[in-house]
Amino acid sequence: MTATGTLVNNTIVLRGRKVVGGLAEGEALVTRQTISGWGGINEREGTIIERRHELRGVSFKDKILVFPGAKGSSGWSAYFHMTRLNGVAPKAMIFNKMTTKVALGAVVTRVPAVTELDQDPLEVIETGDWVRVDADRGTVEVIKKAQAKSA
Amino acid sequence: MRLTDPEKAMLDGREGPAQQKAMDLLVRYGEALGAERLVETNNVAGAFNASTPSVRPLVAKGYDAVYSELNLDSSEVVPIPRMAVNTCQLITGIDLENWRVQGVAEELADQQAKAEKHFGALGINMFATCTPYQVGNVPVKGEHCAWMESSAVVYCNSVLGARTNTEGKESAGAAALTGRIPYWGFHITENRRGTHLVDVEVEVDDIMDWGLLGYWAGEIVEEDVPVLTGRMRQPSLIKLKHFGAAAASSGGVEMYHIPGVTPEARDVEEAFGGHKIVGTLRYGPAERKLAYDTLNCASDRDVDFVMLGCPHNAIEQVWLIASLLEGRKVSPNTQLWVHTPRALREVAERNGYLKMITDAGGVVMSDTCPAISRHVPKATRVIATDSAKQAHYLPAILGIPVWFGTVKDCVEAAISGRWNGDLP
Repeated sequence: MTATGTLVNNTIVLRGRKVVGGLAEGEALVTRQTISGWGGINEREGTIIERRHELRGVSFKDKILVFPGAKGSSGWSAYFHMTRLNGVAPKAMIFNKMTTKVALGAVVTRVPAVTELDQDPLEVIETGDWVRVDADRGTVEVIKKAQAKSA
Repeated sequence: MRLTDPEKAMLDGREGPAQQKAMDLLVRYGEALGAERLVETNNVAGAFNASTPSVRPLVAKGYDAVYSELNLDSSEVVPIPRMAVNTCQLITGIDLENWRVQGVAEELADQQAKAEKHFGALGINMFATCTPYQVGNVPVKGEHCAWMESSAVVYCNSVLGARTNTEGKESAGAAALTGRIPYWGFHITENRRGTHLVDVEVEVDDIMDWGLLGYWAGEIVEEDVPVLTGRMRQPSLIKLKHFGAAAASSGGVEMYHIPGVTPEARDVEEAFGGHKIVGTLRYGPAERKLAYDTLNCASDRDVDFVMLGCPHNAIEQVWLIASLLEGRKVSPNTQLWVHTPRALREVAERNGYLKMITDAGGVVMSDTCPAISRHVPKATRVIATDSAKQAHYLPAILGIPVWFGTVKDCVEAAISGRWNGDLP
């Protein structure tokens, strides 16, 4: 996908706070449901496995993961840590609710992460949108799927 | 983040390379949280064992490499000194006495035994249980801790009145070497107040009902702080152990209050501490049934495997199971595993409970559980358990459907090989 050329125009910009610094861009994977680490993801494949989760069976590898926050076991960070070691981590994390699980998880996954955005990312961003995260500046640029396709 | 002079010394490497990596992680983590400072802790409960197949490449590089990467988030291998503060090991993946029954490869059991010896000598107390508060680590009210294990965290905060967030493998590892953890979340009095009022309209007394209430409430309040009032009978360690584990599995509950019972809420007013009540929830017969139906995802009533003891059983629970099994035999088509901390397993052995369970054909396990180990008896198709937490996680982790019910329902299923539990 060569959507970068359209970033200047038709781009929605969200502003928030850096959790982990860095720059990443890619396709968004959005869920309105919180994510469990241990017991909720397969750390070898980078997929969601929780039984009643709307993303069950879906891979977050190389995606910009947009989610409300973390839940469940204290193994959250260890399992996302393993996704990094196994090469199946998401490219960046955008989330709403700060917890120790998601903060430590983002830190050890070592991917750009932002929170406290001025608009709800779950409302603005849809799965398949092209997203650019500049965590040091605290910005998230979103090109909607339809525009990214027509570009 | 503001650091004290001793903390700066650690960050600058003046206290050694491991402390430097530990402080570096705590600063990155504290800044991610938005914490202003660290707080001193002398009580760490973490996960230091390296016995899963996926960490084999690290183990091959030695235990310093294991700790550096998995407990400090350091790709550079640094020599790991003795723990700076009181530190214990939580649950592990392998029962070092029953690994053959678990179906664990000898090589992995050997790997865990060696890791225990190494880390034990560094001062990590090998409680090897998800319930350190049952076997010698009982923090006092107000004590700042750095604990992992969601079911232990919620117990530590709510029942003991000690203060911990849900730490992870890396932050617990860093805390053990520095005696520091970010001052954030439940370390701060303000954040420990109630958010939701839960009005319990059906009587809650037995363990199953405490599990159902916790599972239902957790799903709704997520990480918030429920305050329970209404028709609950006086709970015990066992009942609150189940309640908290369930609420921490369906949601992320790390703290709750039961006015008149838990230490930071003499009454409802103190539980909320002047904060506005965010939501009021009603727990009636329909809510109870919903939780029960959600947890029971099996349909085939032939049960291959019965799992008891999550969180790890108290000695009274082992005694109850032994009594229910006395003079009877577990079905040849079913296996029964009963989990309790190793220290309590010794008491069970001394009292003869262990023999009562093994004579009936059951196995008493320690150090682990099926959700952590990912091991159940070979060819298991249907599981029964008295634990809302295992009923929540096992279908996801192993893809096996679960029946959930009372201890008695589960023991009867072990004997008959059939599930006959129902919501009374």
